[in-house]
Amino acid sequence: MENKYVIAVLVSNISGVLSRVSGMFTRRGFNIDSLTVGETESSGFSRITISFHGDDDIKERILQQLQKLHDVREVEVLNANDTVIRELLLIKVRNKSESRQDIMTAVEIFRSKIVDYSPTALICELTGETSKIDAFIELLKPCGIMEMCRTGIVAVERGDNCLKTVK
Amino acid sequence: MMISGAKIVVETLIEQGCDTVFGYPGGQVIDLFDELYDARDRVHHILTAHEQGAAHAADGYARSTGKVGVVIATSGPGATNLVTGIATAFLDSVPMVAVTGNVSCSQIGRDSFQEVDIVGVTMPITKHNFIVKNIEELADIIRMAFKIAKSGRPGPVLVDIPKDIQTAKCEFEAKAQPVIPYPIIYAPEDKLRKAVELIDSCSKPYIYFGGGIITGKASEALISFSEKLNAPMGCSLMGLSAVSCEHPNFLGMQGMHGHFASSVAEDEADLIIALGVRFSDRATGNTKRFGKNSKIIHIDIDGAELQKNITAYLPIRGDILDALERLTAMVKDHNNPEWAARIDALRIEELKRTESALKIRHSKDCENCYVKCSHSDAPEDEYLAPYDIIDTLSAAAPENIIVVTDVGQHQMWTAQRYPLKKPRTFLTSGGLGTMGYGIGASIGASIATGKHILLFTGDGSFGMNLNELATAVTNQIPVVIVIMNNGVLGMVHQIQSLFYNKRYSNTVLSRKTDFVKLAEAFGAKGIHCSNTQELKAAAEEAFSYNGPFVIDCAVDCNQLVLPTLPPGGSIDNIITEIK
Repeated sequence: MENKYVIAVLVSNISGVLSRVSGMFTRRGFNIDSLTVGETESSGFSRITISFHGDDDIKERILQQLQKLHDVREVEVLNANDTVIRELLLIKVRNKSESRQDIMTAVEIFRSKIVDYSPTALICELTGETSKIDAFIELLKPCGIMEMCRTGIVAVERGDNCLKTVK
Repeated sequence: MMISGAKIVVETLIEQGCDTVFGYPGGQVIDLFDELYDARDRVHHILTAHEQGAAHAADGYARSTGKVGVVIATSGPGATNLVTGIATAFLDSVPMVAVTGNVSCSQIGRDSFQEVDIVGVTMPITKHNFIVKNIEELADIIRMAFKIAKSGRPGPVLVDIPKDIQTAKCEFEAKAQPVIPYPIIYAPEDKLRKAVELIDSCSKPYIYFGGGIITGKASEALISFSEKLNAPMGCSLMGLSAVSCEHPNFLGMQGMHGHFASSVAEDEADLIIALGVRFSDRATGNTKRFGKNSKIIHIDIDGAELQKNITAYLPIRGDILDALERLTAMVKDHNNPEWAARIDALRIEELKRTESALKIRHSKDCENCYVKCSHSDAPEDEYLAPYDIIDTLSAAAPENIIVVTDVGQHQMWTAQRYPLKKPRTFLTSGGLGTMGYGIGASIGASIATGKHILLFTGDGSFGMNLNELATAVTNQIPVVIVIMNNGVLGMVHQIQSLFYNKRYSNTVLSRKTDFVKLAEAFGAKGIHCSNTQELKAAAEEAFSYNGPFVIDCAVDCNQLVLPTLPPGGSIDNIITEIK
């Protein structure tokens, strides 16, 4: 059965580590839906958040292959029901008088923010789960999207469940 | 003491127990070779003809001893020439450390002369790799490379060292001991108990083992286990030599070109106990059909191999020696007369079916063959049957000689036929199937063990790296090189013959190479054989000669490796005879 998975991977913060992780996916024929990487509270480690879809077998194989990489400290599948998942969107739309009100309404309802305003274009910023971002983009389509950029998801489990930095 | 990076490399290699390195110098490793010159009485450098040969030699050194093989090459083409050798070691889980030079850090990324991103290139074919950008880290990175190479499931590790790191100086103190591998992972008790339940309730057990038994030093434990279960055993290509061919429970290699009895026994078993294997497609045939009559217990040290190719009923991660010893202690004695009788019947059936393989297949005119090869006119009595070649050589060879092969038909014939009795006496490129592996591996194995080597090769495979004959002559390597010379690229030729309507596209070599003269030109000995008497005499001479000795054996190109499976086939489609 196909599922959507979000995994958090704690890796040594050294050059080439992203290539190793993404290279493993390419090499083994697994698909990545989204991948984000950033530093963590301890400077020696980076945290990669990867979302992908597949069946349980695929998920297990991905976890096992990731754990084999020397630079990978910890891998965990995040529990979908108990995880805060966020994505950031920056979207530039045409600033036209006939659609401005629609944009404003969407911004208000989605609790988005207008972060740049010029006579011809405006930029909205939105954070939220992937489905919320998708819905917002859908709403802005008729207004004329000029360009957009989304970060891919970052995720942290609720409560005191943490990824350990010691292998 | 402040010493140069190049000296640190050499001192750390020695510290890690390395007595021999294989390699080839070049612009970006001159400093390293300069230090090797000073250390030449402590670490022996073998100069090969090509970096690929050096990588295979390091591989042969490692496979024949279990120690880490070390290879050194320069940047750019030197490094890329290692790639096939590293991939070969990776696919067959061989511990190896490859050291490459690179251009100075400031020159990296500028497409400098002989610059290549070898770390990027070898990422998917190494367990891990490093580029050293800080002299302070150099010694520990090399130590870590050894640690990774020999821990758990072994494999190759590459360390890329820019030239300025080799010339920079740094404080260094050698460690008293080589690095210790990561802690051994033991199979969980509850999983083993479950395994015991399955084993004790089955009536037709079958043991399928692989290279993990050799790496895990578990041959004796495996034999005790099999004897307590009275279970037949078969193995993958990599498992060969782990168990003596004379053991009554051993049925031989299974799979695509494996023994009929082991492949069928596995199919009819109600429990397959898979030990240190990765269920390669060559061993399983069509995975959807594989093991459909049985439950599978799969034990391996590499968790990523569990449930990868085959979904086992009970996957267990853990050290194979420990798991086998605990299992043997826990299971009850088994005696399944019906199953034993069935196995005996399969052996008899196999004997009948292989009779035809012992005969010379010769047709004066290859039907529908688009290219007329030189062989088709020769009379029948000028050819040797592959099994006869192997039998004659094994009769003449010293006990427990290390047998090396290249890749192709000769490899499968040797795997099927050669009476292997001791672990680490059979070196072959199983996973990658690297033609040209044999001569380099023979050199490495001979240097590591100081023993005579028997290499079976084909005219195709030998042609790939025959330049290493020069290395063998220089170093007076006692290797008997048996070329099964059939004038074709036999394995592909066979597939074209059986499944491509005899359209022999580019597999008929039509070469005029005289291997005897070629051997002599290199300074080796050579002899041509076209019948068993000649071969017997040649073999005797070859094993008493201290150096490379080439025996060129005429084999008919219609000789097939049987059994075989059609592409995508399974045990249901096994072909044991061609009329």
